[in-house]
Amino acid sequence: MSEPVVPVPTPETRHFWEGTAAGELRLQRCDDCSKAYFPPRPFCPACASRRVSVFKSSGRARLHSYVISHRNAPGFTAPYAIALVELEEGPRMMSNIVDCPQTPEALRLDMPLAATFRQVSDTIWLPQFKPTEI
Amino acid sequence: MRKPRAAIVGAAETTQLGVIPGMSQLQLHCDAALNALADAGLTPKDIDGIACAEEMPWLIAHQLGITPTWVDGTDVGGCSYIMHLSHAAAAIEAGLCTTVLITHGESGRSQVGVGPLDMKWTDMHRQFELPFGVWGPPSLFTIPVLRYMKTYGLTEAQLAGVAVAQRQWAALNPRATLRAPTTVDEILSSRMVAYPFRKLMCCLVTDGGGALIVTAAERAHDRAQRPVYLLGSAEALEMPMISQMEDLTSSKAFRVSGHHALARAGVTHADVDHLMIYDAFAHLPIYGLEDLGFVKPGEAGAFIAEGRTAPGGELPTNTNGGGLCYMHSGRYGMYALQEGVRQMRGTAAAQVAGAEISVVHGVGGMFGAAATAVLSSNG
Ligand SMILES: [Zn+2]
Repeated sequence: MSEPVVPVPTPETRHFWEGTAAGELRLQRCDDCSKAYFPPRPFCPACASRRVSVFKSSGRARLHSYVISHRNAPGFTAPYAIALVELEEGPRMMSNIVDCPQTPEALRLDMPLAATFRQVSDTIWLPQFKPTEI
Repeated sequence: MRKPRAAIVGAAETTQLGVIPGMSQLQLHCDAALNALADAGLTPKDIDGIACAEEMPWLIAHQLGITPTWVDGTDVGGCSYIMHLSHAAAAIEAGLCTTVLITHGESGRSQVGVGPLDMKWTDMHRQFELPFGVWGPPSLFTIPVLRYMKTYGLTEAQLAGVAVAQRQWAALNPRATLRAPTTVDEILSSRMVAYPFRKLMCCLVTDGGGALIVTAAERAHDRAQRPVYLLGSAEALEMPMISQMEDLTSSKAFRVSGHHALARAGVTHADVDHLMIYDAFAHLPIYGLEDLGFVKPGEAGAFIAEGRTAPGGELPTNTNGGGLCYMHSGRYGMYALQEGVRQMRGTAAAQVAGAEISVVHGVGGMFGAAATAVLSSNG
């Protein structure tokens, strides 16, 4: 199994990847209209204000949708789920569901999840999610 | 119905479709262009506008000996050519050019003369999607469907039904790749690719190309071919990443593009005799029928399963067999346009009797982009 694709942070996304390395899921929020958003950018996607702040997400999420890949990918052995999670604060992100059988029966839409972090290089940790109840 | 400003006076696919190891991607563009010129009774000297995707416009222009005064290299994936058609009509009306050649060619299967896969991935995709085990459209474009299924109760059998309906059309088309009759059970028994998608719910991977020649409607008479008029067209963008799609049960780009195209054409859904909805995967005709307003949200799975888009149905859809059964080189929009043109000329293999208005709807970049064209046999 080869290594997964490792993200290369840019100035605008560094806070996110520094957060995952510190065990935190960091989102951004607009200081003017309060919109919480992801992926990172230095202005608000709802009102274009440049007055935005980074904040720590609760890491709580629900499983919004997914597929179960039956083909291997770098760092992944089939079958594995490629999942969209909806964070408690509103934004959605692509991730994987760990500590859970990769089956349609176990992967129930809207099941509650919590963020966890997987180290993939010296500096990069990927945000992943695990079920919080059986 | 609006008075059309532009017409398609030449249309052709590559001489061969399917597996074409003897031709590079560039020559697939040129082969289609030469066929379209011959179809129109024109030569490269008559062309003053060029539009294409995959390859750069200067490459196509130089190959064919054309010095264009208008160029469109819009490249937003599989619906690019529908945008080219729309842009060409506007450019002709604005007096920027008189006769536009639109080309597509793709060595999707044989990969002859093709660089590494370039889906126009953005850095946002590289940072926030690619690390999670995604490996291309079958693992991405499919992600919204479980949410749709939970929301509306769409079944796997109904998803398979899309492929069954399109195989019925393909059976009538000698140029289609998959022509043998099939069943829901057979589709549901094919290999799992990315649950809930099985192999026969995913498009073919083939080689091919196509080209169109567009000119002003008033110059379209007395040509080699019966002109096909562009009544209206539109385009829209939503997002560069499937993970950021606003509503997984409905495409905003589809809704916006479809609405404006029909409004600009001045036609209603009841006027539409023939429909092409880009089908890279089995859920796309479902989203397309709903987001373009032909049925209500949640109704399309049953609509298709009841045979209403199949041969003999009230809304003949994807009559060439579609990307699932006809061909799909990776960017299918040009082939949807070609079938729309054939239906309006009255020359399709599975001709819809008396069809006068065709809607051709395409998607690009996995729900990232959409474009819609309303074609007519009457000027
Ligand atoms: Zn704001």
